[in-house]
Amino acid sequence: MSARVSAVPSTHPLPERRRIGDRFGDLFLHGLTGAAAAAAAVLLGAIAWKIFQLAWPAITKFGFAFVTRQGWDTIHSKFGALDLIWGTALTSFVALLIATPVSIAIGLYLSELAPRGARTVIASLVELLAAIPSVVLGLWGILVLGPFVGTDLEPWLHRHLGFIPLFGGSPENAGMLVAILVLTIMIVPITSSICRELFLGVPTELEQGAIALGATRWEMVRGVILPYTRTGVSAAVLLGFGRAIGEAIAVTQVIGAGHGIHWSLFVTGDTLASKLAEQYQGAVSNIQIASLVYLAAILLVISLLVNLTALSIVRRFSHERTGES
Amino acid sequence: MAVDSGRYALTLSRRTRRRKLVNLLMQSLATIAALAAVAVLALVIGSVAQRGASALSWDFFTKTAATFGQGGGGVANALVGSFVIVGLGTAMAVPVGILIALYVSEFAPPGVGDLARLVLDVLNGLPSIIIGIFVYGLLVIGSGQAAWKGSFALAIIMLPLVARATQEVLALVPGTLREGALALGASRWRTVLGVVLPTSVGGILTGTVLAVARAAGETAPLLFTTSIAANAVTWDPRQPVLSIPYDIFVLSESADPADHARAWALGFVLISFVLVTSLTSRLLLVRYRKRLEG
Repeated sequence: MSARVSAVPSTHPLPERRRIGDRFGDLFLHGLTGAAAAAAAVLLGAIAWKIFQLAWPAITKFGFAFVTRQGWDTIHSKFGALDLIWGTALTSFVALLIATPVSIAIGLYLSELAPRGARTVIASLVELLAAIPSVVLGLWGILVLGPFVGTDLEPWLHRHLGFIPLFGGSPENAGMLVAILVLTIMIVPITSSICRELFLGVPTELEQGAIALGATRWEMVRGVILPYTRTGVSAAVLLGFGRAIGEAIAVTQVIGAGHGIHWSLFVTGDTLASKLAEQYQGAVSNIQIASLVYLAAILLVISLLVNLTALSIVRRFSHERTGES
Repeated sequence: MAVDSGRYALTLSRRTRRRKLVNLLMQSLATIAALAAVAVLALVIGSVAQRGASALSWDFFTKTAATFGQGGGGVANALVGSFVIVGLGTAMAVPVGILIALYVSEFAPPGVGDLARLVLDVLNGLPSIIIGIFVYGLLVIGSGQAAWKGSFALAIIMLPLVARATQEVLALVPGTLREGALALGASRWRTVLGVVLPTSVGGILTGTVLAVARAAGETAPLLFTTSIAANAVTWDPRQPVLSIPYDIFVLSESADPADHARAWALGFVLISFVLVTSLTSRLLLVRYRKRLEG
């Protein structure tokens, strides 16, 4: 505590010098902190500007057709992003498809079912899953999960569900499916901890009302909790999606650097982010580097859109809620 | 819950029984999902520990990689490199992060504060590989890689984490403390530096440690900024250095089982560091929050 300030006798007027010092100090700290905040905004702008500047040669050369063209031909310097967009979309969507119900279930377990004592422990264990560095998860994915997927999971899926194109093709140790599973493991802790907080925020009167009317716990969840948190949950899913499309390292490790567009989940592939991580040193020509950054620009635009949408939903949601209470 | 026991009958009606069954099914599914997540955590940590711990040795920590074909060797350069990169990145991110948080919670008009928070959230949501390419374009093209450029990239990743954590702690500082200081005649800046900041120092510290744990495991930003390094221990941030996550990345892509063993051992070191730091800081944060709130 500022003992010097409180020691100033109240009967004496403060010396003029101090008052100027205080006024200057206030102004200075306000300015300094404001400048730091402005720097963050400038940084965000600079990132976008720099990415587009670096990609500009490829953007002018290939135009928008880059997005719809297939193939990555380094010899003839013909580049297209369609394979990679497909890989990104397929891996992230399927990962979300698995992660969303699992996350909601975990959120429900932690907010409604778990015994009181175990609640925080299990919640922090699930959150620890998010703390595992992606490169370690990728290492585990390539050396432990991959062989399991290639020799056990994929043959099993193929035997029983092979008539679905997603499970056609021959099993491999690296490929889309391993990437999907690794991404799922990355998304689940993020979405489930948001879900948990959303579910905990549901007013107890509503929950108790449903129970008092004779609803079972599941009916209460379906009739009260899920409708009440629907928008928030969709934002959580979007945030998970943003995380999935941007993950470069772990996906690079397990996806196997394949090309082409296939319906099968067993084949190797590539995503926008993994292509960037693979070719970081191998790029030979300027146009190849620019094309790689073009991929980054596509990724940037998608992830900005996804994140801004999710954030605006979260914001609207919390405003509504604070307005209600 | 079980009040509705089929209209005074002692046996449950078929409908009630089905409802109870569905309820039970959904409860077990939720429980299974939570257990599965914990099981995956245990599985990953378990396999890293099992494969990694055996490869740890004194040489592993003190020597650099052996030349091709020879056994032994260690990862001292990656350990030192990570220390340099992350340490420098923390030094860059923490002061700026705290200043931003102070602006948002103490000075900014409401609309501007919201905007600053949005900027931080967007920054936090950017794929880390994009930040790597940004720093590559800004600093590396033309002048080459260096450890401090990797630090700069990590600092961009840590900035929103530190700022948001600090800001959440600042929000917990009771308004009465601020009012008390102001009522005693203290100016705003003295209130902030003499009362608000010291009260929240514990929370800021744990938030910083969490950001360090996150940054220590980041690989993508380092690919473009500090990856082509000599096989020697160097503390000089102007040189490109090797780092733990990047080394794991390279070794995991190799076909040589000896490389895999080193990757596991490095993974074990990294995961131990990350888990220990994030667990302890989480625990401290909970205790600290309780003290401020209660």
